[in-house]
Amino acid sequence: MIQPHRSHSLYVFFLLHRVSGLALALFLPVHFYVLSLAITDPTSLDSFLKLTDIAAVKIAEALLVFLLAMHLFGGLRLMAMEWLPWTDWQKSLAAASLALGLCTACLFLLSVF
Amino acid sequence: MSAATDSKSMEVSVWRGDADGGEYRDYTVPAYDNQTVLDVVSWIQQQQDATLTYRFACRVGMCGSCAMTVNGKPRWTCRTHVNKVTRGEKLTIAPLRNLPVIKDLATDMDEFFEKWVKAKGVHEPSTGRHDPMVPVDPASKNRITASEGIECINCAVCYSACDTVAANPDYLGPAALQRAWTLVNDEKNKDANTVLDAVSQSGGCHSCHSHGSCTQYCPVGLNPMKAVAGLKRATAFKFWRKRG
Amino acid sequence: MLDVRLYMAQRISALVMAPLVIGHIAVMIYAVQGGLTTAEILGRTQGSILWFLFYGLFVLAVSVHAAIGIRVIAGEWLKLRGFPLTVFSYAVFFLLLSLGLRAVMAVTWS
Repeated sequence: MIQPHRSHSLYVFFLLHRVSGLALALFLPVHFYVLSLAITDPTSLDSFLKLTDIAAVKIAEALLVFLLAMHLFGGLRLMAMEWLPWTDWQKSLAAASLALGLCTACLFLLSVF
Repeated sequence: MSAATDSKSMEVSVWRGDADGGEYRDYTVPAYDNQTVLDVVSWIQQQQDATLTYRFACRVGMCGSCAMTVNGKPRWTCRTHVNKVTRGEKLTIAPLRNLPVIKDLATDMDEFFEKWVKAKGVHEPSTGRHDPMVPVDPASKNRITASEGIECINCAVCYSACDTVAANPDYLGPAALQRAWTLVNDEKNKDANTVLDAVSQSGGCHSCHSHGSCTQYCPVGLNPMKAVAGLKRATAFKFWRKRG
Repeated sequence: MLDVRLYMAQRISALVMAPLVIGHIAVMIYAVQGGLTTAEILGRTQGSILWFLFYGLFVLAVSVHAAIGIRVIAGEWLKLRGFPLTVFSYAVFFLLLSLGLRAVMAVTWS
């Protein structure tokens, strides 16, 4: 996947943005289905929510939060690049968006454990 | 003269073939402290295999005809020193990516230039030769933006580096779009809106994912990613104005 | 893969979602403290016009945004083109929209 000509940071940030977006899009139908259990089958929703007591599930949730936050901040960076006056520090901004995503996931981990 | 008689030699893999396919062939060439990739290719063609096909003209980084893929990255070979791109490993030379191969290291550049035309990258004068000359302030914002892209040597390194072109053959590519952006900002070009419409079609500037490979590899240090972002901004504003 | 209309739909839906995602993450971080239960979720959201509008808009925007994103990926990685690609994009859009609105109704209505 990482061919020689792709070995620079903005390409890696593109890949992160695409993979996180794809993962979130695949997760959404499951997310929606589980929430709709609230009216169709509240007891099974409750037993599903019980799963979130397991540490591994909490970490998986934090990963989802990371994907969402990173996609958000990375996307804001892209829109700023496209629509606001140009700045030459695109790589620094991309790194900052990744850092913000990680911070958000850490915040989530802190409150879930 | 054979490489074995030289004090130092190096191994080079060169892609040999045509549009139907091909393979890498190994050559042993003399290793000098100062030699460009184009020197190596020329040495092989002159000393070892006269049938090797490649393209070059000026040898000083102006004509844009000698670009090839060197160890997986697109480069202008006449200004690329061998010891700057290899760290002890073998030198591997292939034709540019994203363009059809004619033979060996020479690619067919037709579609690359056809896309320039499709992006309305052809200058349409706003006045005729009998009209008085319109002064252009070199310090004006538009002129500065236009000037940022005019040193392009049409070498297709950015086009070859671009993974959006690789994934979507309709995409006009960084060079054609940068040319379009230059003309949008050129006060002597007749109609910026024609250009903006041309780059708003499917395959236009909105297909760009800002991988930044064009800017990363542009041998003359231009920033096509910035130019494409400029087109996205201008077309977005135009989109609102049309509805506003 | 994208013309200017799809590009604008992609970017506008993204801008609409930016504050919604921040709100969603904030609610998540607040709500997961001490575990999640159906009663707790419904207690917060049920019968609330505000949450209905918040998540209704969110679902609409994400359906547009994800459908266009998936369209580009299907075009570039699966080489889907032309009419099949358009049908596929609309299918993704309507699937996400219907599942999403059903979920919003489930947690805010009644």
